[in-house]
Amino acid sequence: MSLEGKVALVTGASRGIGKAIAHELARQGAEVVGTATSAEGAQAITDGLKDAGFSGYGIVMNVAEPESIEAGLKQLAEQSGAPLILVNNAGITRDNLLMRLKDDDWSEVLETNLSSVYRTSKAVLRGMAKARWGRIINISSVVAGMGNPGQGNYCAAKAGVEGFTRSLAKEMSNRGITANCVAPGFIDTDMTKKLDDKQREAMLEIIPAGRLGSPEEVAAVVAFLASDGAAYVTGETIHVNGGMYMG
Amino acid sequence: MSTVEERVKKIVCEQLGVKESEVQNTSSFVEDLGADSLDTVELVMALEEEFETEIPDEEAEKLGTVQDAIDYIVAHT
Repeated sequence: MSLEGKVALVTGASRGIGKAIAHELARQGAEVVGTATSAEGAQAITDGLKDAGFSGYGIVMNVAEPESIEAGLKQLAEQSGAPLILVNNAGITRDNLLMRLKDDDWSEVLETNLSSVYRTSKAVLRGMAKARWGRIINISSVVAGMGNPGQGNYCAAKAGVEGFTRSLAKEMSNRGITANCVAPGFIDTDMTKKLDDKQREAMLEIIPAGRLGSPEEVAAVVAFLASDGAAYVTGETIHVNGGMYMG
Repeated sequence: MSTVEERVKKIVCEQLGVKESEVQNTSSFVEDLGADSLDTVELVMALEEEFETEIPDEEAEKLGTVQDAIDYIVAHT
């Protein structure tokens, strides 16, 4: 298997897209360390990987808190060594129309969805640079490009992630490190279950594929970007959205 | 125990992928040893690790040659 012997860190891996990514990378042979904000979540990651016969485990990390990232990465380094694959997947939404959006809604989303990507990426670069091999894959969103009413904070964070990724790609490419984004569209997860029927119907109308995507369909693209075959792909955003937006 | 000079030179060789014979005290990291901006950052971080010290950015910028690095380490550790 192609990722044999590599440690992969996947943030927000207890459910949804993150869980699918963790399992797909593990299926490709990586030792996967998944993060969750609670001990129960971390345990669920450990159990899920174990039940599937994969190598890896869950750790507690709140990506909105720098100290928590530091502690989590320390534990990871001691237990498994330096991660050469980083998937920044953890994210939250605090939707509201701008006229009603609170400062906290803005800053929490920016911290969790954007600042965390800066912090985790910075923390793993040294190990990747030494290994002359690394993959940083950031989960963006279709709304980063197309915008979405009620998601000014989320769109800003995700567009920020894409810009950050391009800059990182240029900085590190001569070390064998690539940085890319995967931008999912409407995927069947807890995050999209929050939408009401009317919002859901409106979304389906603009998806040429006529259906929601599955977390596994996002994970497959992440696994490609993590592979040796994607070594010359960097600074790119790959859309996985059933044709709803083609950037 | 190796001297500071030996340890600095060893790190320079490792980080920049050059042979020991190429590394003189007067060698400039960028001009003589082919370091790019990322190499110099990595070199400074490796020196910090080896000598358990922090080299502030404004000081790191002044470390142009192998001797500069040796002098800095001797003065600050």
